[in-house]
Amino acid sequence: MSSALLPPFPEPGFSFENVERNVSLVKKGFKPPKFTSTGTTVAAAIFDGGIIIGTDKRASAGTIVANKNTNKIHKISNNIAFGGAGTAADCDQMEKMVRAHVELHRLNSGKQVPVCVALTKITQHLFRYQGHIQCALIVGGVDKFGYHLHHVYPHGSSSEVLFEAMGSGSLAAISHLELNYKQNMNLDEAKLLIRNAILAGVENDLASGNGIDLCIITPSGMEHLVDYEIPVAFV
Amino acid sequence: MSSPFTLNWADDSHDLEKTNSQFDSLTPDYLKHPHKTGTTLMAASYDGGIMIAADTRTSTGTYVAGRLTDKLTKLTDKIYCCRSGSSADTQALAAIVKYHLSFYEEEIGEPASVGVAANIFRDLIYQYKYSLTAGIIVAGWDKRDGGQIYQITLGGMLKRLPVAFGGSGSVFIMGYVDSTFKPNMTRQECRDFLVKGITLAIHRDGSSGGCARLATINESGVEREDVTYDELPPLI
Repeated sequence: MSSALLPPFPEPGFSFENVERNVSLVKKGFKPPKFTSTGTTVAAAIFDGGIIIGTDKRASAGTIVANKNTNKIHKISNNIAFGGAGTAADCDQMEKMVRAHVELHRLNSGKQVPVCVALTKITQHLFRYQGHIQCALIVGGVDKFGYHLHHVYPHGSSSEVLFEAMGSGSLAAISHLELNYKQNMNLDEAKLLIRNAILAGVENDLASGNGIDLCIITPSGMEHLVDYEIPVAFV
Repeated sequence: MSSPFTLNWADDSHDLEKTNSQFDSLTPDYLKHPHKTGTTLMAASYDGGIMIAADTRTSTGTYVAGRLTDKLTKLTDKIYCCRSGSSADTQALAAIVKYHLSFYEEEIGEPASVGVAANIFRDLIYQYKYSLTAGIIVAGWDKRDGGQIYQITLGGMLKRLPVAFGGSGSVFIMGYVDSTFKPNMTRQECRDFLVKGITLAIHRDGSSGGCARLATINESGVEREDVTYDELPPLI
């Protein structure tokens, strides 16, 4: 029952009503706009004292560098963060949504929120949108159960890992991690490992570059190192 | 890198697999292909229960996205499922079925039977067959019927079998299973039968690989075994 006084509820989810119009516009020669996406290198690992996540700082739209100082480390709470690759807007919105959800959970329970809460929220949300939300994430955190690192793909699959690389620079980064990752590294070794993995992405992938951010999560808190090191060559 | 949505404005579909962009080289594999557990799964019954086995590879196109994946997923204390197809779909399905089963067990106050678990999967896979890619083997032990294996096809057909195999690697071991499987094997015979099958598939199927994971389910519970790549039986 709807009237002018009581309009119907809008359908939930994405609206695809403009798709047909867009198809005909493209046929008439209209050039559709590009998405700003974080052609990215993200790398993360578990070390002796917690979790370390690293990213590059470039956001690209096609071959144009859209942003040279992008933050791709998304903080969910004091003990959880994720490094995001894929469409920049989707990663930002995902951070907003999960952060609100986790904060409400913390206020309701009065306890530190475990990593699996954020992970479940993310995977269920991504699965609901069947891959249309283009986030490829590495979710890391520390809670009373220990240190956790998970990779999450846009369709909503996830897996627990010791180390992982994501984004267009992931092939260069993962080869560095596969070769040099050891269990029980100390913080300095871990920083060097992730820094070098991101650097491999920065040097070999044209969609990654403009610097390195690191995020270190330990039981005593989270440390965000912005511009941990600016590569000498701005590749 | 751009969205599949943008790329496909020109042709009538929103299929993620189709790309025609000048920025194709910037689009990483994982955005072009959903995660697939290109897989080999096996399940067989022996004289005291059932055993299930799987490889450990997860692939995205030609990229190995996971080399130690556990595709044997626990549903209840004595019911497991083996997942093949899209890993997002099968992980979500397994979580839903696990929820239904724990709710159902609370209601009836005893362990759920394997058939119930298989039928919940069948319901979901049949109902959503056009949006899901999920080939599932449900296996477990219950008091009424003992060890049981059920296979659910992509279209949502359910069948109880003494031995089952699934995933992309299954085509390479059909002849092996037909000629080697016999009912009422001992546990050791059954274990060797499964490990050999997974090994054969790992070596012939590109999307299967890594190690072999096994689980034995019988009256006394579940036992897991992981066989690393160098422990797999040698092939001639």
